[in-house]
Amino acid sequence: MLTSSSLYFEHDADIGIIGRGTTVEQAFEEAAQAVFAIVTNLDLVQPSSTLTLEFEEADPELALVTWLNLLLGKAREQGMIFSRFHVQHHGSKWRAEALGEKWHAGLERGVEVKGATLTMLSVKQTGAMWEARCIVDV
Amino acid sequence: MNLQQLRQLQPYLWSLPRASGEQRAEVLLYGTAPLLASMDDKVLEQIANVAALPGLVGAAMTMPDAHWGYGFPIGGVAAFDAEQGGVISAGGVGFDISCGIRCLRSNLDLSDAAAHFTRLADTLFHAIPAGVGEEGELKLNPAQLDQVLQDGAHWAVQHGYGNAADLEYVEEQGRVTGAVPNYVSELAKKRQRGEMGTLGSGNHYLEVQVVERIYDNAAALAFGLHPGQIVISIHCGSRGLGHQIGTDYLLMLAKAASRLGIHLPNRELACAPIKSPEGRQYLGAMNAAINCALANRQILTYLTRSACAQVYPHAELETLFDVSHNTCKVETHEIDGKPRLLHVHRKGATRAFGPGHAMLPERYRAAGQPVVIGGSMGTGSYILAGASGNPAFSSASHGAGRAMSRHQALARWHGRELINELAQQGILIRTRSMRGAAEEAPGAYKDVDLVAEATEQAGLARRVAFLRPKVCVKG
Repeated sequence: MLTSSSLYFEHDADIGIIGRGTTVEQAFEEAAQAVFAIVTNLDLVQPSSTLTLEFEEADPELALVTWLNLLLGKAREQGMIFSRFHVQHHGSKWRAEALGEKWHAGLERGVEVKGATLTMLSVKQTGAMWEARCIVDV
Repeated sequence: MNLQQLRQLQPYLWSLPRASGEQRAEVLLYGTAPLLASMDDKVLEQIANVAALPGLVGAAMTMPDAHWGYGFPIGGVAAFDAEQGGVISAGGVGFDISCGIRCLRSNLDLSDAAAHFTRLADTLFHAIPAGVGEEGELKLNPAQLDQVLQDGAHWAVQHGYGNAADLEYVEEQGRVTGAVPNYVSELAKKRQRGEMGTLGSGNHYLEVQVVERIYDNAAALAFGLHPGQIVISIHCGSRGLGHQIGTDYLLMLAKAASRLGIHLPNRELACAPIKSPEGRQYLGAMNAAINCALANRQILTYLTRSACAQVYPHAELETLFDVSHNTCKVETHEIDGKPRLLHVHRKGATRAFGPGHAMLPERYRAAGQPVVIGGSMGTGSYILAGASGNPAFSSASHGAGRAMSRHQALARWHGRELINELAQQGILIRTRSMRGAAEEAPGAYKDVDLVAEATEQAGLARRVAFLRPKVCVKG
């Protein structure tokens, strides 16, 4: 859990998460890993089941919040924990896969994440790198 | 927070002067200089943004336990008039809609109960689903859940999870009107399927406490409190359903604000006019989540009673009060001598009706509404009573308030060591998450004594009793 401090930034009550990559899709994938690493140690999660998600959002920042919240909602609905993510994006259409397994007692327990917020929200490209960040409520 | 930016109006009240040309209402901050100085500057930025929202009545305010939140600061209070274009904000309520505290007074005294605290801790830990991945035994079908969303704690009592006397001492007598289950998404309802009667994680807890000090004898008598008495506090909210409603409407309201031409200094304030379709929908869904939270705490009360009965067969646990601190409530307040119907947002702030308020149960009417300032698991909590003439739309602090980020706390404390240290102090912690324990270390919070004192000195609520933790079940 919290394997890399570079994936997080400070907030008084909650947690700031960061995803980076050479594409916006990679940044979204890493942002999702940062979120689920708050919940458990992702190294112990078996990527044995796949969930496919699709949504439409033209605004990249709102797309980040939509993506993370869809993942959190589906994970709780289905009793899943996800550890690997693949994101594709064409214009406003986003398609993604989340891989993980059903929650079980053998997993390390971290802290529940309630949702991704619009606070400190940004998705931007600096040079060759994309960075996606926001505060998540825990 | 840099106090040079503020003007001190009274010993416990400060204002933020407007910059030249700045169009916003007044900002008032309650607290002492040290408490305010310990707050992040973001608190000031966030509450100033709230003061710029349409239809705000009076001032945007922060309580003495304020800290940086999302949208509104935690510890933020703001009232809006629907007839003057006032807005409702999802960020002004939070994801954990109607998070609050159910406080139970017992007929047990420390002298009798202490010998069995280890067994009590283990029994409660077994009985109360808490933490990541834990589900409750109660599974509701869609029709049953819709009934919960309409009937709140009444549904729980009708189905055997408590008694009618509980309802008298729950805000709104256990059920808010205006809930519209149809405005709650299917995903929100599905998320709740396994989460009725669960505590959650983060700062949520179930704590067995002892009344260590009485400040106000008359109010303590009204609240049924005396030194040495065992009290149990349950801190949690509307669980997955509320989280998903917060999620759904945060984006919906952010887009609505843009479409409706509401200028938001920051879109984290996501809001819509109360009278707009989006505003009405959020209000209906939020009220449904409030009822979900009230039912959840009622079910947890039942589970707590059952667990206590296993350890103390003659134990009686009566509801002292149940009060939420993440809500928007429709209330009548006197403004310039005239009653006005307002939508009062309290984000990490507790309603604190003063003596004589018509909505208080008869037993508490002379004393004022019970208010709980929850502390950290190692320090203590306060029960207060709403003060006469409360100047903050009858609001008060809700907790100690964080002084340090979770990340900083993780770097400083280790869960197991912390639990061992607290055990040496006579406080038994039960948790499935060592990380959660470290993040919630008592040292990561402000001094609850200072917060409670400032709350009293600011005229928000009067201290009645101090509670020392003995057993704490954390998520």
